Amino acid sequence: MSEYILCLVLFCIGLYCVLRKRNIIKIIIGLGIIEYAVNLFFVLIGYRTHGRAPILAKDQQILNMVDPLPQALVLTSIVIGLAVTALIVAIAIRLYEKYGTFDITKINRLKG
Amino acid sequence: MKNNKTGMTLIVKTITRLTVGLILLYGIYIVLHGHISPGGGFAGGVIIALSFIHLMLAFGRETALKKLSQTAASVLESLGALMFLAIALLGFLGGYLFFNFFLHKGKPFDLFSAGIIPLCNIAISLKVGAGLFAIFAALILFKGSGKEE
Amino acid sequence: MELQLLLLFMIFAAVVAVEVEDLLSSVIAVGAVGLGLSLVFLILKAPDLAITQLVVEILCLIILIRATIKKDLPLLRDGRWLFNTTSTLVFIALFLIFAYFALKELPGFGQPIMRVAKEYINNGLEKTGATNIVASIILDFRGYDTLGEATILFTAVMGVLAVIRSVGRIKDEK
Repeated sequence: MSEYILCLVLFCIGLYCVLRKRNIIKIIIGLGIIEYAVNLFFVLIGYRTHGRAPILAKDQQILNMVDPLPQALVLTSIVIGLAVTALIVAIAIRLYEKYGTFDITKINRLKG
Repeated sequence: MKNNKTGMTLIVKTITRLTVGLILLYGIYIVLHGHISPGGGFAGGVIIALSFIHLMLAFGRETALKKLSQTAASVLESLGALMFLAIALLGFLGGYLFFNFFLHKGKPFDLFSAGIIPLCNIAISLKVGAGLFAIFAALILFKGSGKEE
Repeated sequence: MELQLLLLFMIFAAVVAVEVEDLLSSVIAVGAVGLGLSLVFLILKAPDLAITQLVVEILCLIILIRATIKKDLPLLRDGRWLFNTTSTLVFIALFLIFAYFALKELPGFGQPIMRVAKEYINNGLEKTGATNIVASIILDFRGYDTLGEATILFTAVMGVLAVIRSVGRIKDEK
């Protein structure tokens, strides 16, 4: 139970960073922390006490394995997170070149 | 230690010459053994992309773009995606999507076993590796339209 | 015991990443959070995820450092800072309280309900012939999800190349 609470505290730190900071790079860092916390929560749900990794070995019968289904879902989620981070960094570089600053309260022109 | 061309210092260049081929070999090993030991297409593809990025960071953009130009990266990525889609659509022969059309699955722990899984791993590694290298080349070589500072 | 210690280290590194003003230091602190996460995946018996998280973290750090090369002016605090911060903290505290009640309904840590995974583990070797069960799940039992993920990667690469492309080349020659 305490592991779930610590994982949610990590999520809340990322959420505070996204809500309260004015620099775009800090917002990107907050998004990254939120994504780590969500992946960690998925893998924590599928853990089995004294379990083994979900890979078969030669001449051995493995009776208790951890749950392999959340691990398969998180594997694609990690690579998708990288693609989204790259896209948002490209948009931030373009914004800096046009406005000259990373401050989001000064980027307020809708057109052009 | 003067660098006579672009890139980093002499120490970094020497170490890069020795290790970049080994990193590429390690990435290919992780892709091919994806159905026996942990790893698979995604991790192996990212390691292959990292070896080319290492080459670009140490030697400058010209040397790395001679090895793998931006057009070649786009073509390789589309090739990987089309190969994956073709393997998926060939399952219509048996009536399902992703049908495993190999008749016998081979012995476990062999390199050529497990049906379509090694072919899918190779297609995904091509796609992920070439795509991430194209993203990196576009972001680093971005010069802007000259309105900075 | 090691799990709680590593989680506390990750929380500490995340607080450092959020509060430090220098951008390069906060990017390095996010790198520390990612490496700690890779170790936690290894403790939770997920070797595929540990390898993937490690290499993806390295690539993400390189891309983020590229974005922080630009210099920026230091930001000043605007008015109503106290009201904004306290309302955010109150909201986060409410969220944690309700999440605690929701977390009590989950099965305890270490006893998962493996209703679907039992089929995959028992029939995995004879139906697909692969000894890595996670690979056989993502490429044979649930291959449709991997097709969707390949589409997302393709769209992201096209998006980056479209945003970075320099526009208006004809206008610069005036």
